Amino acid sequence: MNLHLLVIAPVLTAIAILFFNQLKQVRLIALCGAIIQFTLSILLLNSFCAERALGNNAPMVFYSSLEWFTPLGIAFTTGVDGISVSMILLSAFVVLAGVLVSWKMEKMSREFFFLLILLSAGAYGFFISLDLFTLFFFLEVAVIPKFLLIGIWGSGKKEYSAMKLALMLMAGSAFVFLGLLGLYFSTNIGNGQHTFDFIAISRTSVPLNTQLIFFPIAFIGFGIFGALFPFHTWVPDGHSSAPTAASMFLAGISMKLGGYGCLRVATYLMPEAAHVYAPYIILLATIAIIYGAFATMMQTDLKYINAYSSVSHCGFVLLGIGMLNETAIAGAVMQMISHGLMTALFFAAIGMIYERTHTRLVAQLGGLLKVMPFISTIFIISGLCSLGLPGFSGFVAEMTVFMGSWQHPEMLYRIATILSCASIVVTAVYILRAAGKSIMGPIVNEQHLTLSDATWNEKSAAVLLLSGIVVIGIAPFWLNELISPDVNGLMINIGRTLLP
Amino acid sequence: MSLANTIQLILLLPLGSFLLLGIFGRKYLSSLSGMIGTTSLLVSAILSIQTAFQYFFLNVSESFEKIVAWKMTWLTFSEGVSIDMGILVDPISVMMLVVVTVVSLMVHVYSLGYMKGEERFATYYSFLSLFTFSMLGLVIAVNIFQIYMFWELVGVSSFLLIGFYFEKPSAVAASKKAFIVTRFADLGFLIGILILGFEAKTLDFVTLIERLTTYNSSYLVSATTASFLGASALTWGLLLVFMGGAGKSAMFPLHIWLPDAMEGPTPVSALIHAATMVVAGVFLVARLFPIFSISCPGALEVVMWTGVISALFAAIIACTQTDIKRVLAYSTMSQIGYMMFALGVSGYGNEVGLGFTASMFHLFTHAFFKALLFLGAGAVIHYIHSNEMKDMGGLRKSMPITHITFLIACLAIAGIPPFAGFFSKEEILTAAHHANPMVYYIALLTAGITAFYMFRLYYTIFWSKEAKVSHHDDHHGEGTWIIKIPLLILSVGAITAGFIPFGTFVSSDGHHLHIPFALSAAILPVIIAVSGIALATLFYKNQNDRPDKLAASFQGIYKTAYHKFYIAEIYLFITKKNNLQLNCTTLCLGR
Repeated sequence: MNLHLLVIAPVLTAIAILFFNQLKQVRLIALCGAIIQFTLSILLLNSFCAERALGNNAPMVFYSSLEWFTPLGIAFTTGVDGISVSMILLSAFVVLAGVLVSWKMEKMSREFFFLLILLSAGAYGFFISLDLFTLFFFLEVAVIPKFLLIGIWGSGKKEYSAMKLALMLMAGSAFVFLGLLGLYFSTNIGNGQHTFDFIAISRTSVPLNTQLIFFPIAFIGFGIFGALFPFHTWVPDGHSSAPTAASMFLAGISMKLGGYGCLRVATYLMPEAAHVYAPYIILLATIAIIYGAFATMMQTDLKYINAYSSVSHCGFVLLGIGMLNETAIAGAVMQMISHGLMTALFFAAIGMIYERTHTRLVAQLGGLLKVMPFISTIFIISGLCSLGLPGFSGFVAEMTVFMGSWQHPEMLYRIATILSCASIVVTAVYILRAAGKSIMGPIVNEQHLTLSDATWNEKSAAVLLLSGIVVIGIAPFWLNELISPDVNGLMINIGRTLLP
Repeated sequence: MSLANTIQLILLLPLGSFLLLGIFGRKYLSSLSGMIGTTSLLVSAILSIQTAFQYFFLNVSESFEKIVAWKMTWLTFSEGVSIDMGILVDPISVMMLVVVTVVSLMVHVYSLGYMKGEERFATYYSFLSLFTFSMLGLVIAVNIFQIYMFWELVGVSSFLLIGFYFEKPSAVAASKKAFIVTRFADLGFLIGILILGFEAKTLDFVTLIERLTTYNSSYLVSATTASFLGASALTWGLLLVFMGGAGKSAMFPLHIWLPDAMEGPTPVSALIHAATMVVAGVFLVARLFPIFSISCPGALEVVMWTGVISALFAAIIACTQTDIKRVLAYSTMSQIGYMMFALGVSGYGNEVGLGFTASMFHLFTHAFFKALLFLGAGAVIHYIHSNEMKDMGGLRKSMPITHITFLIACLAIAGIPPFAGFFSKEEILTAAHHANPMVYYIALLTAGITAFYMFRLYYTIFWSKEAKVSHHDDHHGEGTWIIKIPLLILSVGAITAGFIPFGTFVSSDGHHLHIPFALSAAILPVIIAVSGIALATLFYKNQNDRPDKLAASFQGIYKTAYHKFYIAEIYLFITKKNNLQLNCTTLCLGR
């Protein structure tokens, strides 16, 4: 399968959108584009599985390389493995759902959908890139639309949030770029030539001194995207100010770019340094998990609740990566997917509530289950998924991370695991508090009695995301089969430790 | 049908009914939903009884084996460590299948009448089905993680059902409390699983038990030597797992959610918070019993004391409560305490394992009479429109069937022969007598208190002063037959369940255990129970001021017990104080 299609399709969609003005036309094109993306990603999954079943055990399948800027060794190299396929699948789900919930975006609809689709192109490009420069390029493509989406269509203190997000993510990008350059100059493919080629770098071993300098730089850079404590502060403001679809994209896709980068680039290419810095990663991840959970308890705004809980949940991703063993890393990948779907669903539900009640403050909501049973049920289900209920994806991912991290008998790791486990109790507290007040209980505002339940587009968006969550939650084995062999492959590199 | 298929069907029926009613029920199947749920449960119950018959009576071998009827790998963590979904058939799981499906069926039938006219009728039945499915999945689990998963599902269905009347803030608060307290306990369970799984390198029950009970096996040696804070990894693991069990079974000090859980519809309390879910903790300890008993008697001792303390503590509180459902809730806690300490005093194998059999026996009989008590209480509440004792009295004439069945249940729980509770309680007391005299005397005392408060309840509802029933809708009276039939069926269970030679079927090691009936051991408990009843008769049969005088003369104790020993206040103090500090930390770190 030609991976370029994954980038070409959204780019073409985005261009097509520019030719139209009316909301009705624009959204239709965007929907078609999203459905094409979705189909492509399903096809990709299908052909990838077929390829693996045929015994293609290459680390990267559907490999292709186009020269881009030869003097600097930059090429448009693409290829996927199980991890990136699952990330692409996640993106396709979130994009389609995001387009569906933005169905009534009246304000500057052309620009809105254009940016939305462009963002997805960036995400796909990022996940298929096997060239560090191209990877960075797509990372940037995914950042800029966010700034505009929040700044123009956002709510609340949107300018502040947009600026904060853009500045922090730009700083993150700068770190990432620095890290990538460090890797670049440490390579040598003859005649003093350097390369950005991912596979080539993974085969050479980067000198330890270089690793020790550039691992933290690259990890922090990607970590900023993935809400690494203490660089998470853009997350709550950014998510809460963004319009619904943008929140879904931010939490569902963008934060995953960070986690993916931490794993694929920083940890995989510089494994020895990863072992050196692992305790610090774990420390920060644990702080993020616990701090995020407790901070969520203090929030009164539904979007802030979900945003802070994202900090907590993304901590599991970094925790899993920091544990540097197969089970935990597989868990981290699952958590990325699970969190992407779940949090998108949660934001979608919150967006639907906000659109109707014009408030997101828990105190001003109550008894919504009576007036809008569908939306309320979705809200409760995403909450239950968030607190790790079996049958939903969150449970699978979290338990895999826990099982993986318990394999280290050292005290620090044990304490980190126990604290992370403890966060699921705190999660239960804040989820039930929010749901108990806003969804259950008596109706607080008489005007809410006349509100209508979800429309067809909202229902389909919710069902789409929910199906992903439930499929993973009920039958995690297929996801496990998809990603485990490749996590196993990563371990060949990551398993390399500093000293024998 | 093979054993595996039958049991799969037993589970799939409630699951199917949950999905069907949950997705389509509200719009399309509203009137049919009760029948759909009940029919699927009826089939499940018949199949369960058939399974039990097949397993217990068509078995030719000397002992009952643990059979893994079906198993699939659900999620692999690493080599040999995986979550499996499967069906483990052994005496306790088969017994639980029967208990769960039968009680659930009774509740389903009863709810047809009790919940009639409820707007969210279909939702109610879908939640009931979800609960039944989860509970069944829990009892047949082959893998400790499987049990944990269904454990959580049971918790969430309990949450949904307690909060069924979601517009009532007290119901919402109670459902949150129940979920969060048990979730906190489950944290222990989860870490316990991590420890046990790490030590035994497996999560599979059969292998896990084998590895951790084989003398001098490398797993056992490493699990018992590695120590933290003076206890071995195994002890920690088991204690943490037990913490999960104690939370679900409302053992002291994690019991605070149970009385509040009575906010749910009464049939739900009968099913979840009396007969099935709350005994999950006992079941969990029973499931891991060989490890507790053979490899870690220290942890078993903790189980025993937790049980004893809970039994006595709850019985004392039950004497002072005025809400009839709360009295029953505390009595449930007390009876589960009995089951727990019966496991605690038991050994493994042969006659030493009497406690195990007794515990399971009590679980079995208790399910019948406690469900009966709750359903009876439900009928009363339905009639009076109040939970408070002070609004009741003299109902024996207007509700004859409820009266008789309630009396049977009271006699059963008080331990009067020949009702079911007598036999199981007598076995527990015998086991305790052999093991630990201290426990024995506390248990005897508790038995006396139990008889007292149950008959306090009985007399204030059915005798004493006449209640003022101010009905506009006098027509329903005691309720329709659909409400009475489950009461009658359960009372048959409460009368006859005791005659089952339980040891023949359920014992700690699977071998038949013949338990001789010792008249001499039975006399003392009966005398104590009768005197408890006599005392209650004196105080409560006719309206008088004796109870108030007594309460006044022991004011300190009475007040403390009335306020449930201020445990809730202590919790509140701890969590609120922490909240305050956290507030500050979060404010400093945030933004």
